[in-house]
Amino acid sequence: MTPRDRGRDLAKKARGGDRRALARLLTEVEDRSQVGEAAMRILYPLAGRAHLVGVTGAPGAGKSTLVAALVGEARKAGRPAAVVAIDPSSPITGGAILGDRVRMQAYAGDNDVFIRSMASRGHAGGLATATVAAAAVLDAVGFPLVFIETVGTGQSEVEVAAIADTTVVVQAPEMGDEVQAIKAGLLEVADIVVVNKADRPGAHRAASQLRAMLTVGARHDRAAAAAGRPTPKRPEVLLAAAATGDGVPALLASLDRRAAQGQSADGGPDHDPTRLIRARAQVDGILGERLRARLGSGERMAAMTALYAAVAAHELDPYAAADRALDGLMGLERQPGADRP
Amino acid sequence: MPDRPIKVLIAKPGLDGHDRGAKVLARGLRDEGFEVIYTGLRQSPEMIVTAALQEDVDVVGLSILSGAHMTLLPKITAGLKAQGLDDVLVTAGGIIPDDDISALKTAGVAEVFGPGTTIAQVADYIRANVRSRDGA
Repeated sequence: MTPRDRGRDLAKKARGGDRRALARLLTEVEDRSQVGEAAMRILYPLAGRAHLVGVTGAPGAGKSTLVAALVGEARKAGRPAAVVAIDPSSPITGGAILGDRVRMQAYAGDNDVFIRSMASRGHAGGLATATVAAAAVLDAVGFPLVFIETVGTGQSEVEVAAIADTTVVVQAPEMGDEVQAIKAGLLEVADIVVVNKADRPGAHRAASQLRAMLTVGARHDRAAAAAGRPTPKRPEVLLAAAATGDGVPALLASLDRRAAQGQSADGGPDHDPTRLIRARAQVDGILGERLRARLGSGERMAAMTALYAAVAAHELDPYAAADRALDGLMGLERQPGADRP
Repeated sequence: MPDRPIKVLIAKPGLDGHDRGAKVLARGLRDEGFEVIYTGLRQSPEMIVTAALQEDVDVVGLSILSGAHMTLLPKITAGLKAQGLDDVLVTAGGIIPDDDISALKTAGVAEVFGPGTTIAQVADYIRANVRSRDGA
């Protein structure tokens, strides 16, 4: 079977509810193989209906437990749900421990729950490509709710906003004072901030501080919007205790409200700015990959090696080297002479 | 894909009290460059089969100390087979008497690693015996 036929076959089976084919397809997509690409050509037009929820936050904040609780809440209403859970790859060996499933064990044998772990695999910008593709596959095979749990993040890993329709930032109590809440970065991309572990001391105080710092500024927003300047998101701040389930129904209800709003947004989902950002990140990511692949293959590789050597020896500056690599690729080879090393 | 990391599920079926060994192995295999899915203690055969299916793993490593291996491990291999996962390499480790090994192998466990096995031995065994993905 050619990769194209195999991709079509897997896509068809996965659409028909074959979970093993779905699992294999996700592997192909994660590997960015030709099989995965062929399948994506069929599945991408069928996706775009699910609500993609990104869940991010510091390691240990309770992301996995919260996602498991949200899946449980969706299942109570009979709604299917899928999860893509990402953990980091070792930059040294390439190995990884994928441990998010530990918290998501209650759904074995439930055909309407599908949980998949992914290693970040460390390629530049590639995580977003593979994650978005995996989410699109789960969307296309009919999961209306797809949770994407990111690696534990620090202050500035804001790419998740380009992955999901709605971004949930999970915080634990005692994560810092009001100054932490007004710093730029992760909290700025949140549509919803969840203060998890609400049964712990300090949780309510943390939520009020976050609310005070994050949700003010309606007048500023109106003025900025009128002047055509970007306006920050004003996230909803919710309390939850994922381990006991407290606050989880309210969180799911809030997510559903946002999904409904997204559907009715100006001009429909096609003009949803989040989706445009995601589309752009995907296309640009794949473009970069293909560019690197072409530059690193066959006869180009020798030319690239020579360019790297010239830059290393300070005979050529890196900007000129990049320009030459691009010119070479586009068949605009410069005339031999003047600026060659 | 040639450079794809091998994906291993490390699972603890049954009612063992601790998972120190499984965690050490998971960590060791990570350092060998494998992607290791770890699912924690007290797994039912159904949970393990579901995880192996959804994660599309190459290997299922079962750690068991409780003595229930003759009951639980054949249920897992049968469950994997029933889901069409017969090309997944299944290995076992923990406290398993020599007398039981041949029966477990008949049930579909490819290899049994006892106390004193090094992580390098396990990693080498997996690399040598894992299924090839091509044409799967």
